[in-house]
Amino acid sequence: MKKFIQCAFFSTTMILAGVAHAHSMWLLPSDTSKGAKGGWVTFDLALSTEFFTFDSGSPKMGPIQIIAPDATATEVQNAFEGKLRTSFDVEMNQQGTYKVFVASSGLNARWETEEGKRGFWPARGAKADPADFATAVPKNAKNLEVTQTSRRVETFVTVGATSKGALKPTNQGLELVPVTHPNDLAASEPSEFIFLIDGKPAAGAKIEVVEGGSRYRLSPGEQHYETDKNGHVKIQWKKTGMFWLGAEYKDNKATKPATIRSGTYSATFEVLAE
Amino acid sequence: MLKKITLACALLLSPLTHAANLQISVEIPKLNVAEYHAPYTAVWLESAAEGDKKFTKTLAIWYADKKREGGGEKWLKDLRQWWRRDGRNLTMPVDGVSGATKLAGVHQLSFTQGAEPLGTLAKGNYVLFVEIAREDGGREVVKVPFAWPVEKATSLSANGTTEVGVVTLELNP
Repeated sequence: MKKFIQCAFFSTTMILAGVAHAHSMWLLPSDTSKGAKGGWVTFDLALSTEFFTFDSGSPKMGPIQIIAPDATATEVQNAFEGKLRTSFDVEMNQQGTYKVFVASSGLNARWETEEGKRGFWPARGAKADPADFATAVPKNAKNLEVTQTSRRVETFVTVGATSKGALKPTNQGLELVPVTHPNDLAASEPSEFIFLIDGKPAAGAKIEVVEGGSRYRLSPGEQHYETDKNGHVKIQWKKTGMFWLGAEYKDNKATKPATIRSGTYSATFEVLAE
Repeated sequence: MLKKITLACALLLSPLTHAANLQISVEIPKLNVAEYHAPYTAVWLESAAEGDKKFTKTLAIWYADKKREGGGEKWLKDLRQWWRRDGRNLTMPVDGVSGATKLAGVHQLSFTQGAEPLGTLAKGNYVLFVEIAREDGGREVVKVPFAWPVEKATSLSANGTTEVGVVTLELNP
């Protein structure tokens, strides 16, 4: 029975791992550009298979963070955590660009025991405490794979003229550094971004771009890009609308005990006409 | 009737008496719709240059400027193209540029080289933009490309199809 439970538990995590790939997380603002007087902006945070519909769940990813144009933190208001989305409001009264995001990082390990059983850490739903690593993972584990993960979901809103004070990278995990301002994207012009992993250029990061309204198209119509050796990528949007951009990066330059470093990033952008 | 004739004469005479360097007329079409609100209008120039070298100059902006606490400014961003190119950088009201919304009809604007709000237009290729956005209605942008300066009086025009009527640009040396 114990064996059966273990087995069932493992296959569940495998399925979830697969699903997590097909489901994407996003933060959708009610407005990306506000008049000079500012005002309220409402946001939805959700996990879904289509953009931007609420079809899968409300991600649990730690606190929502807002960086105001003067680089100080701002509070969310009227937060509501539903089954299919988390919603909240932000009053934006400063001139310039706000960054709204959720970010998390973690450590996980998988291995095989001497008897050939699979092991993993931390338990599903639990947060890994690096201090437990030495005791949680058997010394004689075979094919041990330890991954340090980072995840970031963000969006940008500008009151009046754009600014870059809130857009500085934290140099942790996979991040986007704008060359083209994220609230100044146009269908007729290519947009350029640089991706960083722990503050260094993320070369070869896989980028996917999908336009909103995917439910009403015959195919998702995603575009694929890859960053160059400087982490640089140039996106051609082709249309106006709300777009989801997802990025994935993986290498073996991890901090011990991790052997693999992986990062995911996603952002919602509004692309304007000309 | 007399008033109309006087107005027509004044309009006809004005290019002669003032010899504006840029004489722009913007037609806001009369629309037969159930709910009509006077549209927001932006008139601006852009140089034909690319990127950072691009010059933009807002010449006129008509919006609900009499609303309490600047409430009409909230919707300026619906002039989406102008908002991205120049509007978001401006603080309303702009002296000699911003004013109240205008009703259907042909509206005249004249600008003199070296005088505000045009300033001194350097030699080069430009585009005149007229963007109109209407509450419960559509949005349209009409462009008139031109080269400056001109050697002789030149008349250019472009037609909108929905929200913008005829836009004419008369250039005088």
